[in-house]
Amino acid sequence: MTDTAWIDSALTSARPQAVGALLRYFRNLDTAEEAFQNACLRALKSWPQHGPPRDPAGWLIMVGRNVAIDDIRRSRKQEPLPEDDQSISDIGDAEDEIAERLDGSHYRDDILRLLFICCHPDLPATQQIALALRIVSGLTVKQIARAFLVSEAAMEQRITRAKARVADADVPFETPGAVERSERLTAVAAMIYLIFNEGYSASGDTAEIRAPLCEEAIRLARLLLRLFPSEPEIMGLTALLLLQHARADARFDAEGAVILLDDQDRSRWNQKMIAEGLALIDKAMRHRNSGPYQVQAAIAALHARAEKPEDTDWTQIDLLYGTLEIMQPSPVVTLNRAVAVSKVHGPQAALEMIDPLAPRLSNYFHFFGVRGAFLMQLGRNDEARVAFDRAIALANTSAEAAHIRMHLDRLMRDSQPRDTKISEK
Amino acid sequence: MLYAILCYHDEDFVGSWTKEQDAAVMKKLSVVQDKLARQGRLGPVARLLPTTAAATLRKDDPPLVIDGPYAETKEQLLGFYLIDCKNLDEALDVARELGAANPGGAYEIRPVGMFSPGRVPA
Repeated sequence: MTDTAWIDSALTSARPQAVGALLRYFRNLDTAEEAFQNACLRALKSWPQHGPPRDPAGWLIMVGRNVAIDDIRRSRKQEPLPEDDQSISDIGDAEDEIAERLDGSHYRDDILRLLFICCHPDLPATQQIALALRIVSGLTVKQIARAFLVSEAAMEQRITRAKARVADADVPFETPGAVERSERLTAVAAMIYLIFNEGYSASGDTAEIRAPLCEEAIRLARLLLRLFPSEPEIMGLTALLLLQHARADARFDAEGAVILLDDQDRSRWNQKMIAEGLALIDKAMRHRNSGPYQVQAAIAALHARAEKPEDTDWTQIDLLYGTLEIMQPSPVVTLNRAVAVSKVHGPQAALEMIDPLAPRLSNYFHFFGVRGAFLMQLGRNDEARVAFDRAIALANTSAEAAHIRMHLDRLMRDSQPRDTKISEK
Repeated sequence: MLYAILCYHDEDFVGSWTKEQDAAVMKKLSVVQDKLARQGRLGPVARLLPTTAAATLRKDDPPLVIDGPYAETKEQLLGFYLIDCKNLDEALDVARELGAANPGGAYEIRPVGMFSPGRVPA
């Protein structure tokens, strides 16, 4: 790494803790962010000369707080103070720093509060994600705009709007109780999952641009897990994201078309991420306190463990989706389960399973894609064609549409029933 | 004399490296490792998975399993084992057995992400 790269890494990794603590002091997001920015500017000046501090976050909190307090004093007295660094003593507040370090338990709630403010229920999902990426991860507006495929100006506006909303929101700054903490944790986990999905649902031509969203979500999940090391659902969430993202390099072909799980080159799966994901789900299961993230991670783990597609334990996957259906009843979960059912019990059973979902999934691309595939396997090609046409009309990305067109081309070529690959979402 | 070199760093810091930065550091390290290997002086090298994947067994009676890494500072690192296990439960069984033979203190159990066996004169 170059000389300044380590400073960037240090500032990035200290950010959630530092902004979280500054928010606790100032109880205002803009002030906290500005204080952090000012502390970063001083760090860029001071660290290359004096070397990195032992506790970068502690340093940034102390300096950021002092600069902000100086600013507030200055504006109150209406008289300018000298503009040199002397007004910020690195030594004078040594006691504060020690107190801050002893107060490590605060950090946990600081970071959780910061994340929680970003996923305030008043904010639509897209604003939650944008705000978290800006405030907690410290991505620039330009970087976020790029990942969301919108203009910088539009993203700037989205973030400003989100900030204004949470500024009015009443988030208590007292140390949360156990129930409150658990509620915050659940909301934050859901937000991290949203960030991941935003990156994961990218199509082939945008996957590379959006992959940083997946990586950032993994970083936040790990951060959360370090704060709450005994929460099996946070282990499950982190495992799920790692196991999904491990397949990133194998999910699209050179033209950006989707490659289904069965057809992916498994040698391109990231074994390091898989190892970490498997270790985490293994650890989570020992708690015997299952939840939706753990179940989804367990499903992803069964895929990750199969060296060849035919080694996949579909019976177990079917059972796990059955568990998920009970925990989180949703037609989409049933649709996914039907894919496993088709592998275990054949397409007829799977088709019967999804037929009742039709009214609720009448505008859902994957419903018609999966239904068409089952029908094609049964040799009911005319009905399959109708389903695929509907799927194309509902496709969200050009890659999705291209994939269904491939099925239609196959139907055109021969009307024989054949072993069709079915998408496992 | 064999020496063990134990690697400590801020996990948040290392975790915020990009894939490219991580690879660049690994490449620089491999230059040093390769030199030692050619000299026949490099033993096993391992990179552990993040502490989020860790569990700790307190060698109390009965032994107590805690999620997360070993966090106390009043005890010191005195040695380590590398064992091949199917899962965390198996690793904890081994740790319990070792703990029964030598009570007191704790074992931190960490999955290994990267491992190279190396070779040194016995």
